[in-house]
Amino acid sequence: MSEVAASPIPMPAKRRGAQLAMLAFAVAIVMGAYANVGLAIDGQIPSGMLTYGLSLGGLMLAAYLVLAKFAPWADPLILPLVTLINGLGLVMIFRLSESDSTLPSAKLASPSSQLLWTFIGVLLFSLTLIFLRDHRALQRLTYTAGALGLFLLVSPLIPFLGQEINGARIWIGIPGLGQLQPAEFAKLALVVFFAGYLVAKRDVLALAGRRLLFIDLPRARDLGPVLITWGVSLGVLVMQKDLGSSLLLFGTFVAMLYIATQRSSWVIIGILLFAGGAILAGMVFNHVQQRFEVFLNPGDPVLFDAVGGSGQLMQGLFAMGSGGILGTGLGQGHPEIIPLAFSDFIFAATGEELGLTGLMALLMLYALLVERGLRTSIAARDPFSKLLAAGLSFLLAWQIFIIVGGVTNLIPLTGLVTPFMSQGGSALLSNWILIALLVRMSDAARRPPPQAIQNEGMTQVFQR
Amino acid sequence: MSELTLLLIRLAFLAVLWFFVIAAVGVIRTDLFGSRTAPAGPRKSAKPSKPVAKPKNKKGEPRQLVVTGGPLQGTTINLTETPITIGRANDATLVVSDDYASSRHARLFPQDGQWIVEDLGSTNGTYLDRSKVTRPTPVPLGVPIRVGKTVIELRK
Repeated sequence: MSEVAASPIPMPAKRRGAQLAMLAFAVAIVMGAYANVGLAIDGQIPSGMLTYGLSLGGLMLAAYLVLAKFAPWADPLILPLVTLINGLGLVMIFRLSESDSTLPSAKLASPSSQLLWTFIGVLLFSLTLIFLRDHRALQRLTYTAGALGLFLLVSPLIPFLGQEINGARIWIGIPGLGQLQPAEFAKLALVVFFAGYLVAKRDVLALAGRRLLFIDLPRARDLGPVLITWGVSLGVLVMQKDLGSSLLLFGTFVAMLYIATQRSSWVIIGILLFAGGAILAGMVFNHVQQRFEVFLNPGDPVLFDAVGGSGQLMQGLFAMGSGGILGTGLGQGHPEIIPLAFSDFIFAATGEELGLTGLMALLMLYALLVERGLRTSIAARDPFSKLLAAGLSFLLAWQIFIIVGGVTNLIPLTGLVTPFMSQGGSALLSNWILIALLVRMSDAARRPPPQAIQNEGMTQVFQR
Repeated sequence: MSELTLLLIRLAFLAVLWFFVIAAVGVIRTDLFGSRTAPAGPRKSAKPSKPVAKPKNKKGEPRQLVVTGGPLQGTTINLTETPITIGRANDATLVVSDDYASSRHARLFPQDGQWIVEDLGSTNGTYLDRSKVTRPTPVPLGVPIRVGKTVIELRK
C-alpha cells in the first residue's frame, strides 16, 4: 500500500465525457456483435438487432443519467465495463437461441427474458443509487445484514418454498414469477456483515496472539468467527449440495479477514480448514466425490457417458479447442452442443466463437472491473468502505476464478454463474446491486473533501 | 456471405474488442502510471473562481496529505484551500475508527502558504513528530502527525 502513497495521485476529475464515450463504444460493440451473428447464420442483419441494441443503449443511457445525477464523482469505467460484459452475454444467449438445432442448449436459451432481467437489474442499480445516498448507513445494519444473509442462505431448505433443480437445493419458488436463488443475494448481505463485523473486531483479531516460527498465530478463542463461517459454508455444501456458493462464501470471508488484519496466518488457517472440510466431504458425500473424479479424469470414457459425469466439461473443452486462437467467429461454431451453454458454460461457448483472443479480452474486462473496485477501496476514507469495497471486488473476482477455473478444468467444476453473462435473473440482479454499491463508494472516495465556509479560520460549517 | 467477408468481420470484431480494453486502460492511465498533464486542466480552471487570492503553488508547498500508518494506510487526500478535520465523527474529512481518537480530534488548515495543525481538545492528544500539539503549530513537509494509531504526513 505504501507504494500507492508514494506515487502522486492527481485530483480525480469527474471524467463524465469519457464515461459516456466508453458507454457508447460498449453499446456499439454489442450491436456489431448482433449484426455479426445474423450475417453469419442467415446472411443478413437480424431483425432483432435494432430492438436489442437500442433497448440496451437506452437502458444504459438511463443508468448513466441516474449515475451522473446521484453519484457524479463515481468511477468512469465501472458502468461501461459492466455494459459490455452484460451485452456480450446477451449476444451469446441470442446466438444460442438462433441456432437451428433442437438441443436443449439452443431451446432453453432465451435472449428476451435475459434482456428483461437486465432491465430489472439496471432498475435495481438505479434504485440503490437513488435511495442509498450514504453507504455508511449499511454499517449500522451490520448484524441485520448478517441475519438476513443467513436467512436467505437457508431459505431454500424451508419446505414448500424451496425447490431442488439439477441436484442442488438452492432455489425458492415464487408463485407466478418463477424461481430465485436467494444465495445470490445472501452473498451481498454477508459481505456487508463481514465488513461491519471486522471493522469492529479487527484489532483483537490482528494483534492478540503469539509468534510461532514465521507466522503470528492468533489466540484459540479468536478462532470463533472463522470457525462459524467455516461451519456455515460446510452446511451449505452438505445440505444444499452447492459446492460453488460454499467455496465462494468461505473464500470471501478469509480474504476479508486478511485484508482487515494483514495477518497471513488467517489465510493459512482458512486454506487448511477448507481443505480439511473438502476432503472430509469428499469421503462422506457422493456428489462431491464424483466432482473430484471428473476433475482428475475428465477424458475417461465411462465418466464421459455417465449421468453427471465429465461429458459437459469435455464438450466445453472441445469447444474452446475448436475455437483456437482466433475463434470460429460469432455464429459460425457449434456452442449449442455444450450442455448448459447459456448459463454455467457460457464462458466455453464464448471461447469457441471468439477464441483465446476474445476470452483474454473478456478476462481483461473483468480484471479492469475488479481493479476499479480495489482502487475504490484504496481511495476510500473510512475503514468500513475500505473493507466493503475490497470485499465486494474480491467476491466478483473469486466468483470469476471459480467458474472459469471450473470450465477450463483448472479446479473441480462447481455450479456458479459467470457474472453478468450467464442467463439467470438472480445472479444478474444481485451483481447489478453489487455494482451500484461499488459506484456509490467510488463516488464517496473520489469526491473532493467537503467545502467549508471559513470564518477567520475559527468557525466552520460542514455541508455534506 | 462469403467466407472472406466473415473472416474479416471476425478479425475486426476481435480487434475492436481489444481496442475497447486499451481505451479503458487509457481512461484510467492517470491512476496506473501517474500523470503529468491531466490534473493541470481542471485545477487551473477552478482556481480563478476562488475569491481568496493565494500564492499559487510556491515551491515547497505541500500538495497532498498521506496516511503512512494505521488502518487507513495508503489513503491520500489532495490539499486544496479547505481545512481538513480528522476524527471519528462521520463528517470528518479523514474518518478514523480508532479507540484512541476523539470524534473531532484535530484540524489542519492552510495559513499564508503554510499548513497548521491544531488539536481540537482531544482526549489522547495530537503529536507532531514527538511533541504534543498544544497550540496551532505549522507542519513542515514529511513530518509525521500522530492521531491515535493513525500517522499522517504532508507531501509535495
